[in-house]
Amino acid sequence: MQFGLFSVGDVTPDPTNRTTPSEHDRIKAMIAIALKAEEVGLDVFATGEHHNPPFVPSSPTTMLGYIAARTERLLLSTATTLITTSDPVKIAEDFAMLQHLADGRVDLMLGRGNTGPVYPWFGQDIRNGIPLAIENYALLHQLWREEGVDWKGRFRTPLQSFTSTPRPLDDVPPFVWHGSIRSPEIAEQAAYYGDGFFANHIFWPREHTQRMIGLYRERFAHYGHGTAEQAIVGLGGQVFMRKNSQDAVAEFRPYFDEAPVYGHGPSLEEFTRETPLTVGSPQQVIDRTLGFRDYVGDYQRQLFLIDHAGLPLKIVLEQLDLLGEEVVPVLRKEFAKNRPADVPDAPTHESLVAADKAAAEVAA
Amino acid sequence: MTERTLAVVAGGLRQPSSTRLLADKLAAAAGEELTRLGVTPKIELIELRDHAHEIVDNLLTGFPASTFARVVETVAGADGLIAVSPIFTASYSGLFKSFVDLLPDGTLADKPVLIGATGGTARHSLALDHAMRPLFAYTRSVVIPTGVFAAPEDWGGDEGGGRLDQRVRRAAAELAAEVARRDPATPQDPFALRTSFEELLAGE
Repeated sequence: MQFGLFSVGDVTPDPTNRTTPSEHDRIKAMIAIALKAEEVGLDVFATGEHHNPPFVPSSPTTMLGYIAARTERLLLSTATTLITTSDPVKIAEDFAMLQHLADGRVDLMLGRGNTGPVYPWFGQDIRNGIPLAIENYALLHQLWREEGVDWKGRFRTPLQSFTSTPRPLDDVPPFVWHGSIRSPEIAEQAAYYGDGFFANHIFWPREHTQRMIGLYRERFAHYGHGTAEQAIVGLGGQVFMRKNSQDAVAEFRPYFDEAPVYGHGPSLEEFTRETPLTVGSPQQVIDRTLGFRDYVGDYQRQLFLIDHAGLPLKIVLEQLDLLGEEVVPVLRKEFAKNRPADVPDAPTHESLVAADKAAAEVAA
Repeated sequence: MTERTLAVVAGGLRQPSSTRLLADKLAAAAGEELTRLGVTPKIELIELRDHAHEIVDNLLTGFPASTFARVVETVAGADGLIAVSPIFTASYSGLFKSFVDLLPDGTLADKPVLIGATGGTARHSLALDHAMRPLFAYTRSVVIPTGVFAAPEDWGGDEGGGRLDQRVRRAAAELAAEVARRDPATPQDPFALRTSFEELLAGE
């Protein structure tokens, strides 16, 4: 099972001292967080993609390329890559290039984006969100698998004998996750292609996540990619830890109370009860995270959000120490227990290359 | 005997509340009318004051707390709705509107709705027809013809001439008739797939 971080990349004032990092500071902080993730033994770093303040990560493959050059093992991903407003031709090329530079340590998560004004900045319309996600991905999927593509659709200029370049590393496209909070069409899309499905999980009651994952698993089996239990599932999580749980609550509360997403709404206690947010000791985080399996089944990837709401870099790095030293090693061990042998790990470049080879041998 | 459920939403803020009082009258009368039509009524009362924090939280976070989700489910699953708001500053109260804002699209479609309102003066009574009725028309519910407004004089007894009870009775009978002649409500499942992937791919 893979463990990692996903970052929104928000620039938010620190409510405890009213200081706001510059964009430069925030970008460099994201890099420091990614490097630290590898150092403490995490598997994945995923960046968001946004094209409006107060968010900085508008150019994910630039950022991930830089991180790739400074890491050895870390898997680089996104949360999410905007399949609606980005040209699928450019996504195909950017991520194939990144795949080469990172020697295959790349996958990506596609999402629609939910901010209306962003769509027209890229010549699109949010009312076409689902059709854009469906059509653009169908093209992206084809561009990574075929050369000399002839193509015609609703949303971009037609293509005649087009070959995106570079070709994917070893002719194996990066593994794709589809992220959605509550659109069954996207769970269906992930199932149709046999891709992964990632539930954001963190801002929503678990019943939502449970229903979406259940639908994805059922449709994954329907399309013949394996049993429902073999579908590739990722989940978000959101944690803040101190050795002593009261200290965690006291320190995190001012950040929670003014956080952009839920601030000035429910109390920390209510939000903790209703969503997977866990504020407390490392043991509490371990117990809560292990509980996710009870309602989504054995899954493949757990990403945590830890750098948001104005938390300073120093505190985020301390969180990473706790994750790496006390939480993730226990989660690895516990999640491995009673895990059926036929539940696969999340695909990696190596596993996809091996699967490709095996398939070619069977065919030959 | 068949059974039908009426959700009764009362938007009053005070306790005791004249809005609640009107909601109770409408619910009791509608229950009697349903019984007369051979239908067993089940009444589910929802006082918005009890859910005021959850309503604001839902507006901010985008999801209902579990206790409030059950309220939304109650409304979605009801065969008819009695919706009563106090009239503040020429319209329904903000809390009442926020509640309606939080009902997922389609929740009230084809649902018979009886609208009621209370106010500090009878001069507010037109708010029923210039505010409440268009709001529920937007939700594609079936707003029954008689809306019931209760002004202070209606609670005074003689001054209102007992006409409040007449209006309540007429509205309740109209609601009961609409509810009784329909099949039971079938709330839609937001997680259900409504198109095949082939149709999605074909841009349908």
